[in-house]
Amino acid sequence: MNIQEMILVLQKHWSNHGCILMQAYDVEKGAGTMSPYTFLRAIGPEPWNVAYVEPSRRPADGRYGENPNRLYQHHQFQVIMKPSPPNIQDLYLESLKLLGIDPLQHDIRFVEDNWENPSLGCAGLGWEVWLDGMEITQFTYFQQVGGLDCKPVSVELTYGIERLASYIQDTENVFDLEWTNGFTYRDIFFQPEYEHSKYAFETSDKDMLFNLFTIFEQEAKRQMELGLVHPAYDYILKCSHVFNLLDARGAISVTERTAYIGRMRSMARQVAKTFYEEREKLGFPILKQLEKEEEENGQA
Amino acid sequence: MGKRNLLLEIGLEEMPARFINDAMNTIGSRITGWLLEHNIDFGDVTLFSTPRRLAVLVKDVAESQPDTVEEAKGPAKKIALDEEGKWSKAALGFCRGQNVAPEDLYFKDIKGVEYIHVKKHIKGKPAIELFPELGRLAESIHFPKSMRWGNNELRYVRPIRWITALFGTEVIPVSIAHIQSSNKTFGHRFLGEQIPVLAAEDYEKVLLGQYVIADSSERKSAIRDQLERLEEEKGWKIPIDEDLLEEVTNLVEYPTVFHGGFDERYLSLPEEVLITSMKEHQRYFPVKDQHGRLLPYFVAVRNGDHRHLETVARGNEKVLRARLSDADFFYQEDQKLDMGEALEKLKAIVYHEKIGTLSQKVSRIRHIAGMIGRRLEFGENDIQKAERAAELSKFDLVTHMVGEFPELQGIMGEKYARQQRESEEVAMAINDHYKPRHAEDSIPRSAIGSVVALADKLDTIVSSFAIGLIPTGSQDPYALRRQAAGVIQILTGQGWDLSLNNMLKDIIKIVQKDLPQADEQLLNDLLPFFKLRIRHMLLDSGIRHDLVEAVLESEVHSVPQLIEKASVLNRHKEDPDFKETIEALARVLNISGKAEGDARVDPSLFENEYEQNLYSCFLELEESYKAGTGMESRFEELASLRKIITDYFDHTMVMAEQAEQKKNRLAQMKKLSAYIGDFADMGKILVK
Repeated sequence: MNIQEMILVLQKHWSNHGCILMQAYDVEKGAGTMSPYTFLRAIGPEPWNVAYVEPSRRPADGRYGENPNRLYQHHQFQVIMKPSPPNIQDLYLESLKLLGIDPLQHDIRFVEDNWENPSLGCAGLGWEVWLDGMEITQFTYFQQVGGLDCKPVSVELTYGIERLASYIQDTENVFDLEWTNGFTYRDIFFQPEYEHSKYAFETSDKDMLFNLFTIFEQEAKRQMELGLVHPAYDYILKCSHVFNLLDARGAISVTERTAYIGRMRSMARQVAKTFYEEREKLGFPILKQLEKEEEENGQA
Repeated sequence: MGKRNLLLEIGLEEMPARFINDAMNTIGSRITGWLLEHNIDFGDVTLFSTPRRLAVLVKDVAESQPDTVEEAKGPAKKIALDEEGKWSKAALGFCRGQNVAPEDLYFKDIKGVEYIHVKKHIKGKPAIELFPELGRLAESIHFPKSMRWGNNELRYVRPIRWITALFGTEVIPVSIAHIQSSNKTFGHRFLGEQIPVLAAEDYEKVLLGQYVIADSSERKSAIRDQLERLEEEKGWKIPIDEDLLEEVTNLVEYPTVFHGGFDERYLSLPEEVLITSMKEHQRYFPVKDQHGRLLPYFVAVRNGDHRHLETVARGNEKVLRARLSDADFFYQEDQKLDMGEALEKLKAIVYHEKIGTLSQKVSRIRHIAGMIGRRLEFGENDIQKAERAAELSKFDLVTHMVGEFPELQGIMGEKYARQQRESEEVAMAINDHYKPRHAEDSIPRSAIGSVVALADKLDTIVSSFAIGLIPTGSQDPYALRRQAAGVIQILTGQGWDLSLNNMLKDIIKIVQKDLPQADEQLLNDLLPFFKLRIRHMLLDSGIRHDLVEAVLESEVHSVPQLIEKASVLNRHKEDPDFKETIEALARVLNISGKAEGDARVDPSLFENEYEQNLYSCFLELEESYKAGTGMESRFEELASLRKIITDYFDHTMVMAEQAEQKKNRLAQMKKLSAYIGDFADMGKILVK
């Protein structure tokens, strides 16, 4: 099964189970969790079920396209279900079967892994899912997002697309993966991998990046004060990416690092709080709509 | 009365392996405790656990509580009867309250006053009516890390998905987090299915049919057996790490051992790297040959049966291959390492925000190591080695390998230092300075390693105290207590009579250069902190409480001496004359408190031979102390004064009426008490 088919299978499956299929969010980010479809929507009482592919950029992991496993940008298939359904593990395992992974022929395990993202004030408990010893999915029950307790709790599934594909297609090198008929991962991603690695490690303009961080930070704060959560959040994401670029460039000392993470965390906390307040002002519309539907169904 | 078997199973999403045993034991003891408390008779208790279930089977549980008779006391007779000798309103009210008829009342004398009483027969409740409370018991277990899920408020180790609760064949209605109990359980996640347990005692058998070995000790021995069989079949040695075995046991419901291999060329990587990759990251058992050399194989345990085992093995090989190829890459990169550059990089690593960089820490460790070496009268050569090892103690933190495998800190340092042609002692000390890494670990292999280990730990403690990070209660985020225990372990193990007090004073001065707030005031916190660690250590080693307190009252000149003093007392505590010895010595200590001014003894004022005798013995004692003796002989010398002291007190009035005599005798007491008190505060020792 090539990557394109895998994505289609996963989309179909989660769509069948009530997830809204979203497209990747168009601001650079280090992980699918940082998409507003996850980070913001995990906050507050409103139900939320989505699935989407998220290209995730991790500048420090770039290897000029030379390493068989490490990438500047990889792909995550992200599922969020809030509140977490009781049969979520079964739904997940069913998706593996659809990908051609028969649990009876493999060793599938849920191994404890607690996840934390201090720069976003996030914490969760769960597992990494092992397929014959290989981690293929992060499975997390969010406990806190942006410093706020999650009520209800969202469950987040993050499939590592390349990992999973390398198992399914039995390849040793990520660049040999077939994306779709006639196209390999190399055809599509080798050049950007090389160029982005070169950029992140060698040619990026540090001063410009430091400036950008400050500018983005100011803009994020200004928008937050105006109660404009989404523009503010976009700028926080931009800060995060710029920070990652600076970090890859070795431009941030350890002391400064802590300070930068602190700045991002305080913005993330504030935006989380603002999002909650703004939704509350709107009367938590998704929740209201759901209650209305249930009422109507009840009457019918 | 009838008896039935009681089963409670909590079905969960996969629990962290490390919490399972404790959770199982807690549920078990809660339930038996509850049965005892409710006076419900029961027989054998069996505990079960897998990653997905915690279960308790209690055999022969009484179907009902026994009937009991309780006596209730009412008002006094004079209130209970009216003027005509009939039951008063008060008495009738008591009957209503107790739900008994007035005919059942009788009088009973309590301390000369008669009160009305009544016997109430309380019918025991059927156990099944009480059992729903078991849900509350199971629900209230505390886990080291717990979570919420869905819309539930309950915090638990992982989401609860089913509850099986049976009394004999009857379902006990239990509800936790919106889950209702039933008689159905779930088998193995893939090989089994949902299945009813028709009677409580069938539990284990039903699950076995569903590819679940519910008894964790059976799973463990199944793994052990399979490992042994494989050893035999292949001629391998598979060293069993008990912690790993325990973890693996709690990662599977139905264990099947399999093996795989890796490319022989990776055997050129340091053994620790290979073992860490296998053990820590993949939970594999490494394989050795009969001579203890690593072989290019690994053994792992699958959660399932033999089917398609080959696929599972190939998959695991692929994962290990990727890990080892990474490790190999990092190892090769590290070969390009330049020691100077590595040390330079430490300047950019913050050890702690308020304490400064690793480079600063390393430079302090170097100073402290030198200071300790000099105090121990090391030769100049050894002092230099200790200083060099201190300087290199943290360089491996910037290597790729330690970046990838943090648990190899020190170990890689030793290897790389050797490759860089550092001396053998220096290389070993770099690794050993982390020792003892945990309570059961040994101390560094060499004196040089011990000096660097002391320096690192003492620096960590003093600099943390300087910025106010003093452990309180359960708060000890930097594990300073462990570090202090390490210091004590090393000093004792090496038998180094270093004054903690003086050493800490020197270290405070060294720390002061980076942290101006460090001053001698810190000793007020540091010394009690160390004393408390020593106290714990002595108590843990089984030394009687009062003996520990007694030696801790003396001045801590040297940790090994202090510990020796405690064990000397402990050895002698059953001596027939121990009581007399301690009483005599304590008496001296006690009365010497009354002495004032300088303690000069004038023998010409002695009035009896006993005073003279004691004085001569005292002079002898003084001489032998100057010559330096072990704690055992010190105690024996003190103990030999027993008779002399007793005689002295029998014939001498210390608090004499004549001022000159009194002063002279108190002076004698004071001089003697200095030696006694230096050993221990004898007054704290309990003698019967």
